[in-house]
Amino acid sequence: MRTDELVAMLASGAGAVQPNQALRRYAIAVGWGALGAALLMVALIGPRPDLGAAVLLPMFWVKVAFVACLAAASLLVALRLSRPGLRLAWVPGALAAPVLAMWVLAAFVLMRADPAQRAQLFFGDTWNSCPFLIALLSAPAFVAVVWAMKGLAPTRLRLAGAAAGLLSGAVGTLMYSLHCPEMEAPFIGFWYLLGMLIPTAVGALLGPRLLRW
Amino acid sequence: MEETGRVNPSEERLRQLLIRGLAGDAPAYHAFLQDLSAHLRAYLRRRLARLPDEVEDLVQESLLAIHNQRHTYDAGQPLTAWVHAIAKYKLIDLLRRRAKRDLLNDPLDDEFDLGSSADTEAAEARRDLGKLLAGLPERQRLPIVHMKLEGLSVAQTARITGMSESAVKVGVHRGLKALAAMIRDDA
Repeated sequence: MRTDELVAMLASGAGAVQPNQALRRYAIAVGWGALGAALLMVALIGPRPDLGAAVLLPMFWVKVAFVACLAAASLLVALRLSRPGLRLAWVPGALAAPVLAMWVLAAFVLMRADPAQRAQLFFGDTWNSCPFLIALLSAPAFVAVVWAMKGLAPTRLRLAGAAAGLLSGAVGTLMYSLHCPEMEAPFIGFWYLLGMLIPTAVGALLGPRLLRW
Repeated sequence: MEETGRVNPSEERLRQLLIRGLAGDAPAYHAFLQDLSAHLRAYLRRRLARLPDEVEDLVQESLLAIHNQRHTYDAGQPLTAWVHAIAKYKLIDLLRRRAKRDLLNDPLDDEFDLGSSADTEAAEARRDLGKLLAGLPERQRLPIVHMKLEGLSVAQTARITGMSESAVKVGVHRGLKALAAMIRDDA
């Protein structure tokens, strides 16, 4: 087939293209991913029994806001990496900001605490299960976000895979925070982040294979 | 997005053609692809100086990729950056496929400029997309043959093949994606 024949073939009957497909795909992926994570959370570990009382505490909302900010920033990163030729520009800064804020808060809490209490503030009671449960709850969103990305055109596959992993990690963590009894900034700033970095690493590892087009 | 540099008239013309094409204007889209293939050829010929035989194949592969991913173009984005990213992605993919020999010596990052150079002289492609097309399953091949090669409408194609209209559209879409996958995995 000559190139002008190919051009004629591609152009013939090529109808209108739906606008905003990237946004639509990500909305679907995040929606299904959040639903999957919520179902897994309810089925496997359940929400914390005192959830009704916890939602009255400011720290509960600080925790939720931290995760929600990371989800929003990683969604922006994933959206940009899904389309050829877009730069990341200031977006990685938006990703770093909530982490830095949480670390500053954690440092403040640790400094003010009695030295004997510091280990408890950092490890809480659930440090050894938290990152793995987060990774587990991220699995549905991971599948959904990779689906969304595969329908678009990422050109930096390792980075795009990592962004997909981080986004799914943040979605999973949002549901996990309804189960998790921990309320201390040092715990959240480390173990939550570690949990989200597990799907991020998996995404970076699998990206070049999963996302090729 | 924050691409600096001039917007030359040629880029702006191409961009308008693409935007009209994305809105369903088939002649504008045809003109866009036609012009773009000349720019792609010039760009890839410079990058593949040592592999002149690969140029036309890669022009075709890039055109197919641009068509299949055309929904990822954002009207606010410089066209050059979008096209460049796709062509470069396919070029690197090709070089990777062609193994680790010292093919990577040429810098890939030279300016890709829709305004400066064009190469309208198409060489023969070595790979025959027509043959690859024949290898697609019927539910993808027939819609492509009737709609894209014979120029029939969706309704006519649906009548001839006995498929539903939405199945015809899906068949074309999936068929062209499958074609891109065949190219990718066979070379």
